[in-house]
Amino acid sequence: MRLPTLATSLLIAGLTFGSTAVMADDYVIDTKGAHASIKFRVQHLGYSWLYGRFNDFSGNFSYDEKQPDKSSVEVTIKTSSVDSNHAERDKHLRSDDFLNVAKYPEAKFISTGYTQDKDGNGVLKGNLTLNGVTKPLEIDVEFIGTGNDPWGGYRVGFEGTTRFAMADFGIVKDLGPKSKDVEMTLSVEGIKQ
Amino acid sequence: MTMQWKNSTTHFGMIAVTLHWLAAITVFSLFGLGLWMTGLDYYDSWYKQGPWWHKSIGILLFFVIIFRLLWRVLTPPPAALTSHKPWEIKLAHMAHLLFYFLLLAIMLSGYLISTADNRAIEVFGWFAVPATITSLPNQEDIAGWVHLILASTLIGLVVLHAAAALKHHFIDRDRTLKRIFGR
Repeated sequence: MRLPTLATSLLIAGLTFGSTAVMADDYVIDTKGAHASIKFRVQHLGYSWLYGRFNDFSGNFSYDEKQPDKSSVEVTIKTSSVDSNHAERDKHLRSDDFLNVAKYPEAKFISTGYTQDKDGNGVLKGNLTLNGVTKPLEIDVEFIGTGNDPWGGYRVGFEGTTRFAMADFGIVKDLGPKSKDVEMTLSVEGIKQ
Repeated sequence: MTMQWKNSTTHFGMIAVTLHWLAAITVFSLFGLGLWMTGLDYYDSWYKQGPWWHKSIGILLFFVIIFRLLWRVLTPPPAALTSHKPWEIKLAHMAHLLFYFLLLAIMLSGYLISTADNRAIEVFGWFAVPATITSLPNQEDIAGWVHLILASTLIGLVVLHAAAALKHHFIDRDRTLKRIFGR
């Protein structure tokens, strides 16, 4: 009698999976049209903000306005695409003092849950893998807007911000007491598939 | 015998001797400085000073090497000693050519690191060398890797070069080493 039970549960699992896939809309982050960016900033000596970004990343998310809690996001960043508008610094950032891109060419964020208030803003929970270290991370999400685009597609956009200590991900190069944390801003526009 | 400015058929002149030792001392200094400065802490006072000296001296060395090559064409080095064996002459000649090739390639790769983002290289604040080739894929990383590998190769070749000179001096007991002091 085990086989039918297994078959039944597989069937239920299949139905459940199928139904959520139908209900939540899948979006691809518009990196092709560059309506998305991943920026970071770190304090320089505690006197100013140094901004940089990752030029090469990709990702997708599923989002349903009626059931936002079912949303999920996955973003993969090519760490060698780090760009702070200074070649010598970028070379240093790619070295094993920082991103160690030869060993860890990708950083990844995979969401594990999302809670949203009535304005569409929320908190995205997930795991960030950076420099070979995976740790839970929360991203504050601001809903920006949604609707049809002029070219027959449908889009929705968010901006996420988060802050973490670089040392938590094994990046221990000492940049000074005010420069231990990095703040990240992820601006994403998704095109409905 | 007083030392001539130019090379003769038997002796190196003052200019060639000076250029040789100037390049030797500079190359050693730049290699040491380069290795040391890339490992400095962010708050070290040499964190900015080190690269500033390294780049300024490196660019000046480029002009020295170009002049040295010109000088070599204008007044060719003296003929090999008659005691030198044909394989020694051939090997030494290849090593000398390799030295010039490595020096130029190291300086070019260093230049390509710092100018990858279209920034010019300042030389002691006297003048700036503008960027030319920029924004190749991973330019600063590849140029940096080449710079380190070739510089290490150059130092390896320096060791062989010095060992060969000492071999001539102490084993063959000929004038080879003395000649690069102008004697």
